[in-house]
Formats: sequence, structure tokens, C-alpha cells
Amino acid sequence: MSEFSIIISGFGGQGVLSAGRMAALAAMLEGREVSWLPSYGPEMRGGTANCSVVISDEPIGSPLLSSCDVLIALNRPSLEKFEKTVKKGGTVILDSSLVEIRPSREDIRTIAVPASDTASENGNMAFAGVMLLGCLSGNLNCYNRDNFRKALEEILPAKKHDLIPLEMEIFDKGYHYV
Amino acid sequence: MSNRVLMKGNEAIAEAAVKAGCRHYFGYPITPQTEIAHYLAKRMKDVDGVFLQAESEVAAINMVYGAAGAGARVLTSSSSPGISLKQEGFSYIAGAEIPSVVVNVMRCGPGLGGILPAQGDYFQCVKGGGHGDYKNLVLAASGVQELFSLTMEAFDLADKYRILVVILADGTIGQMMEPVIIPEDTDMKIFDKPWAASGKKGGNVHHTIKSIYIDPVVLEGLNNRLQSKYREIEANEVRVETSALEDAEIVITAFGTCARIAKNVIKEAAREGIKVGLIRPITLWPFPVEIISETARKDSVKAFLDIELNAGQMVEDVRLAVNGKKEVLFHGRTGGMIPSQEEILDIVRRIAGGGF
Repeated sequence: MSEFSIIISGFGGQGVLSAGRMAALAAMLEGREVSWLPSYGPEMRGGTANCSVVISDEPIGSPLLSSCDVLIALNRPSLEKFEKTVKKGGTVILDSSLVEIRPSREDIRTIAVPASDTASENGNMAFAGVMLLGCLSGNLNCYNRDNFRKALEEILPAKKHDLIPLEMEIFDKGYHYV
Repeated sequence: MSNRVLMKGNEAIAEAAVKAGCRHYFGYPITPQTEIAHYLAKRMKDVDGVFLQAESEVAAINMVYGAAGAGARVLTSSSSPGISLKQEGFSYIAGAEIPSVVVNVMRCGPGLGGILPAQGDYFQCVKGGGHGDYKNLVLAASGVQELFSLTMEAFDLADKYRILVVILADGTIGQMMEPVIIPEDTDMKIFDKPWAASGKKGGNVHHTIKSIYIDPVVLEGLNNRLQSKYREIEANEVRVETSALEDAEIVITAFGTCARIAKNVIKEAAREGIKVGLIRPITLWPFPVEIISETARKDSVKAFLDIELNAGQMVEDVRLAVNGKKEVLFHGRTGGMIPSQEEILDIVRRIAGGGF
């Protein structure tokens, strides 16, 4: 890889900002350049929240994205809003448990991952984002499993570290999802 | 690699202040800079420092006046409307020559405006929002690592020149996360402050920190001294980043977030065979006049394009430096809107085609 731009979007409260931070940190631990930019505007209150992550082998120009290589959509409004920003040949990873529609474009690749269902079947619906991040890692190789685990250890408070094995299990399910 | 930390711009400012020996923070919360206060509320405890949430921005800047007047390294931070409230304090601090560091993570105005990124406080911070003939030293970072090092440097510059240093960032720079290398130990300069009102610790000498001088002869003397200090800063402290200037036909001038977007534009334009360079002032005052006027004299340069998150503020300084030698075009967005790479590329293409 040389440079990847990722938009992660969903409802406020689904953990999209944290998911972006985990991806950025995992890639940073891999020795890459990263930037993470949250939407901190009024749309966060009750509407969609999103963040932009750039992962690169070189110093990053703008952290602001008007187009992206990968869109991770955790709800339908996010897919509708950002589908057009995905570059030709880019990828949409969506949570098919929550997004009932599919991208209308044919020049992009879509990976539909039943993330929320899988996460809740495995005990914690809040880990849906982790499954999608596993899918991102498995398909696009912007950080590996070990570094993702290290990122979790760094971000989660010590009292939540006992959840890491379960999160990694869900990560692995996403990793193998093509 | 191991000491690389992923940090928000605001957190980097806060940690850098602690590393620079700042042990006093006075502030009042406002988006998009509240993480500075949030971070320091916790961090100041570790280092036996003082964190105080003041009752208002006006109170906070006057606490800076007091604590910095006693010789301490002090920080306050706010965002645009809060910085407006502090302007009386800015002017008094300039008059009393108190080394101070103030962070302004800009949001969009005028008035309460909105919380999204903007650069509309250039005039206020660079030209002086308070009364009288004074200057702030103004530093503008365009990334989180740079924000960290400039914040550390701000304290040295403030002490060295007994001046108020403004760290001016737009909301994007404050909110974004990037890796930061935090130095283990810092070779912090210790500045002797024989002028400080520190409770006669240096002997039985009475120090007065004030900005009132009723005698016009004395007050003109102070003004002359301030002005010669400002000339010294202009001569010694200009910081600027340039890129791809050598054979550029179009030169973009931009600071903060706009400079980051410009870097993408430069790459894209090069692919299309258009040579675009960048001049990014890091010190907004002292302004990098020389490099701009030198560049304006080059035959290879067709035009300048100034990009800002405002209706055209720094562009006035660019025009003064270019001094009519080349066309200076401006593109700005306001209200929290940010120009896209494509939007700027379109203008670049138009200029390259001779259409401006």
C-alpha cells in the first residue's frame, strides 16, 4: 500500500469515531503515517457522525477528504451520503445487519458484513465496528492483527482489557469476510 | 517509533505546555479547544501545577497577567468569541511586557458564529484586536507534531522578548489526531526574570508591573522601546515553510489547514503538468515578507493564489509583500466550509491557462 483514505460513518453513539481512532492507531503502530479527523459539527447531535482516516507510507497532505478509497458505513444515511465520495475502484464495507440497501454504483466493490448481528450473537453488539475493522484489515492490509490488538490495549482502559480476547475473535470473523 | 503517540492537536498543545515548564493554566471552556482544559485538568495534578477554570475569559487573561507578571510560565486558551473577550488583556500585557502564551483554536464567526473550523481571526491576532500600538507574536501550525514543537517554542519566545505569543490554529488542527514524538527530556531554557513581581525574592527591590504612564515623554519612550523590540523580532524570528518553489508558475500562500489542502493540490497539479509551489507562513507575525517578495520577482512565477478560511485577511499581507509585481488572487470559504482540493485545482487550472 502507499496511501489509503477511509471514511467511517454511522449514527452518533455507534462508536465510529473510536473505530477510526483504532484503525489510525493500529496503522501508526505499524510504522505508518496517519491522520484522524472527526466530524465535530452539529450533525453529531442526533444525526450521523463520521471521521476521516488517512493511512500512508509517506507524509500525509490533507487530512480532509473529499473522496475516499474506502467507506465503512454503519447505517443507511451514511451510505447514501458518502457513496458518491468513494473513488472509482474503491471499496464500501457496510454493516448489512443495519443497512438494507446496497450501493447503486457498479464501479466500486461492496463487502456486506453482518457485523451487528455477528457481534450481538457473540455477546456484545458494541463490537460491530471491530468486525468491520477486521474486514478492512483482511481485505486492504492497512494494519495487521497484532497491531490492532496493541491499539485496543492502548485505547481501552485497563478494566476493559478482559474484553480484548472477545473483540479479537470478532475482529477475526471480519478479517476473513470477503 | 515507540515514543510516537497518537494525539489530538489540542492535547499536543497541552502536553507541550507542560514539557515547556508551564505550571499554570487558566481557562474557560469553548469548542473546539476544550480538550486543552480537559487534558490539563488531569495533567497539572501530576506536576504539582495549577489548573483553574476561571469564571470568564476576561478573568482568565487577567490571571495570566498576574501569574506571568510574577515570573511563571502561564497558558490560557480559548476560541474566537472567547479571544475577543480577552483583547483588553492582550493590550495590557503588551504594555506591561509580560511573557504570555495564548492559544486560539479558531471557529467561525462573526459573533457566536459556529463551532466549525475557520481562520477569521487573522486580523484580530496579527494586526491587534486590542487598542494601541502593539504586536503579538503569532505562530500557526499545520499539523499536530508541529503544534507540539511550536507550543514549546512559544514559551521561550514569550520569555525572550517579553511578549504575548498567540498559537493560532483552526478547529481542524485542534481536533485532528496525528502521531507525535514526545521528547523524554527537554533542554528547557531558564530565563532570568529580574523584572518579575515575585515578592522581593531577589532582594529589597520594588518591581511594578503596569501599563499606565501618565507622562507622555515616558510613554513615548515605552512605545519606542516596544517598536525596536518588534523590529528585532521581525529581523530574527520569521519562520516559513516553502515547497516546490524552484520552478513554480503559480505560488499558493496558505497557513494551517489550507496549507495541508494545498499540498494535495500541488501533487495533483504536477500530474497535469502545472507547476505549483507553496509558501506557508509559520509566523504570521513576523510575516515572511522577504521570501514572498523574492519569489514575486522571479520570471517563472505567473501569479499568487492565497487560500484562507475567511473572506480575505492574510492576503492583504501577501499583496503588500508582492507589491504589485504579480497578480495575487484569493480564494476563501467561510462559515465552517472548507475548500476542496478539486475546487482549488479548478482555480489553478484557470490560472495556468492564463484566465485570471
